Amino acid sequence: HLATSLPLPSERDHLRPRIDLVVFMIDIKSKYSLKNVETSLAYVDASFFLGKVCFLVTGVGRVNACSIETNAVCKLGETYCSPVLFCELELEGVRAATAQRLVRMLRICAGHIPGVSALSFVSLMRKSNDD
Amino acid sequence: EKADPQKTALLLRKAWTLYSVTPLYGFRRARLRDYARLLGAFIAAEKQKGLAVEVGAELDIRVALSSLADIRGSELDQAAVLVQLSSRSRGSSRNSEDKPVWWGWFCSVFGDELSENVPEHFTCLPLFLSHGAESYTALVGSWFQKTFDCCFRRLAISPLNLSWMVAMWAGCKLDRAASAVELVFSVPRLAQPLDISYAIHPEDAKALWDTVQKTPGEITQEEVDVFMDCLYAHFHRHFKIHLSAAKLVKISTAIASAHCDGMVKILHSQYLPGVLMLLTELAISQIQ
Repeated sequence: HLATSLPLPSERDHLRPRIDLVVFMIDIKSKYSLKNVETSLAYVDASFFLGKVCFLVTGVGRVNACSIETNAVCKLGETYCSPVLFCELELEGVRAATAQRLVRMLRICAGHIPGVSALSFVSLMRKSNDD
Repeated sequence: EKADPQKTALLLRKAWTLYSVTPLYGFRRARLRDYARLLGAFIAAEKQKGLAVEVGAELDIRVALSSLADIRGSELDQAAVLVQLSSRSRGSSRNSEDKPVWWGWFCSVFGDELSENVPEHFTCLPLFLSHGAESYTALVGSWFQKTFDCCFRRLAISPLNLSWMVAMWAGCKLDRAASAVELVFSVPRLAQPLDISYAIHPEDAKALWDTVQKTPGEITQEEVDVFMDCLYAHFHRHFKIHLSAAKLVKISTAIASAHCDGMVKILHSQYLPGVLMLLTELAISQIQ
């Protein structure tokens, strides 16, 4: 399901399936996209931040078109205990690899992989913080 | 710091194309005259081969290399090196004046980050600025690359860096009437390209920056963000357009103007070192 911002319209609440993973997309060329994500984060229930949220930063292939500081995004990831993935959608190979990564994460979040839960993502995050 | 006003005047009010240059191997300042001769011979040879400039086939190109002793930041910086190409038409008398056709200069202002870690025999002048026909730039560039084993790369300026520049320069104190602060945005993904130009009265821009900046002489990313957010919010209030979703491509202040394709024009001699220091930093981060 795609949305340009949160909250999702309440009219379709009863038709919506369970949400297992929320991916916030930030375009490194658009400061507006970062602000939009920051505002939308307020509408996400706290329980999602136990591994069911991730940030996807797109457009990183063009370093010279950056309107956002990467530090700002990494800090966002740290604040919300959620992983930050960087990718370049214009490159087919990277696009496919990123999609596969997201699907793998989604399968874990949806409980399809026995023995691994979304909480594993959170503990992985904490490890790199302690280092 | 006493600057040679004549030489400095050469550097102001010209549109310079920016490059980053890796350290030059075996460059000796004592040999500037020799280098000028060799470069002149190289250009003449390329013209013979028919590979060079289309215009002025009857023109002789004379090369002059000089040091700009006061274009440097600290004692650790190398003084800038100016390359000037002048033309003199072949039929004219000896006394006719040479007409300058191309300028290029290498400089380093507080480029310690690079020069600290460089081995012997290397000269660090990471920022190169050129003005004049692209064909001459290519000739001069290829001679330097061959002779000193260095590498030139166009220096692009990201919207992030442009917003630093506009915040810094809009906040500078100017004694006489300043021109407007202008930001030009390009709107992506439209059938026909659209540019939005946002002009702000220089006193308003300075007043805004003064309320944002906490420590004089120090600038943080947060302060630049707040400054830009105020400008974006003001624009949105009036036009309902989110400039933060567009790409900042050019900024213009009374101090200097800069374009994301790596072009800069410096207007005020007092702030020349400050501008060069920022550009040196950008050049160094592109090299590393």
